Amino acid sequence: MIWLQLLYVYFKIGLFGFGGGYAMLSLIQNDVVYRYHWISLREFTDIVAISQMTPGPIGINSATYIGYTSIHNAGYSPEMSILGSSLATIAVCLPSFILVLAISAAFAKFRHNRYVDAAFYGLRPATVGLIAAAALLLMNKENFIDLKSLVIFIVSFLLVWKFRVHPILMIFLAGVMGFVLYS
Amino acid sequence: MLPLIQREVVERGWLTKEEFIDIFSVAQSLPGIFAVNISIFVGYRIRRVGGALVCALGSILPSFLIILAIALFFTHIEDNPIVERIFKGLRPAVVALIAVPCLTTAKSIKLNHKTIIIPIAAALLIWLLHISPVWIVLTSIVGGIWYGLVYKRRKHL
Repeated sequence: MIWLQLLYVYFKIGLFGFGGGYAMLSLIQNDVVYRYHWISLREFTDIVAISQMTPGPIGINSATYIGYTSIHNAGYSPEMSILGSSLATIAVCLPSFILVLAISAAFAKFRHNRYVDAAFYGLRPATVGLIAAAALLLMNKENFIDLKSLVIFIVSFLLVWKFRVHPILMIFLAGVMGFVLYS
Repeated sequence: MLPLIQREVVERGWLTKEEFIDIFSVAQSLPGIFAVNISIFVGYRIRRVGGALVCALGSILPSFLIILAIALFFTHIEDNPIVERIFKGLRPAVVALIAVPCLTTAKSIKLNHKTIIIPIAAALLIWLLHISPVWIVLTSIVGGIWYGLVYKRRKHL
């Protein structure tokens, strides 16, 4: 059952994940944290943090990690968990594969399609909402445990927003802040 | 990442620059992971379905292997007190790292006092009512098509 759920959830994420990795987050969170409870919100945040440190896209990273963890937590062996990890990763890419092959066959028609262009009048502003939802959903007691967390949030926000600090550098600095403040 | 892909693909003579730009703009309007979409497009152009498969695999494999290694390893170290301290600092920063691109995207698409309702409503529906983002995506596609092809046209008449 969990295998089918994993396939279904990640196929859905691949199919409806418009607007890039950050917009995809609320889609992933909604199913893996709230609906199927495969991982906790804290673990999910940790995966996003790890994704910021590694070069790969969050869509792949989350599929690989959650595919492994969900099967592992269901009591299967590490070998089966690696299989689960592969299944989720393939599932998230499957819609892309089908869509790109279908479009390649009729590429000229799709390139300036007025329906596709018009859909983005709605999708573009909605993407901002999806990213905002991802941020809001992560603002809870698991991630903000005390006043120090709030200070780290505000400092990080200002550094990235005003001083354009690179995400990888920011993750490093936040790790240092955590190490020092929670000693 | 774009210049990196373009250099490899164009300089190897797999695609012309124009072909690449065409593919790039279509890949942007598709759902899913952008880097995967573009590699499937390029692979299909060069060697049809087989090429698409190989290119998809190539773009997935590095991330897959890195995260798999972390998944195997992280479960053993997450209870380590030092790792715990570091992650207590990372978690609020991750929220900030999502909040900033949200604001920069909002700025770049030039929301006005009317269109700003769309992201606010979408965010609140997902956050407070736990509406699935799938419904938000579907509604915004339908709404966009209605606005672009029906409402705008009617206004021009």
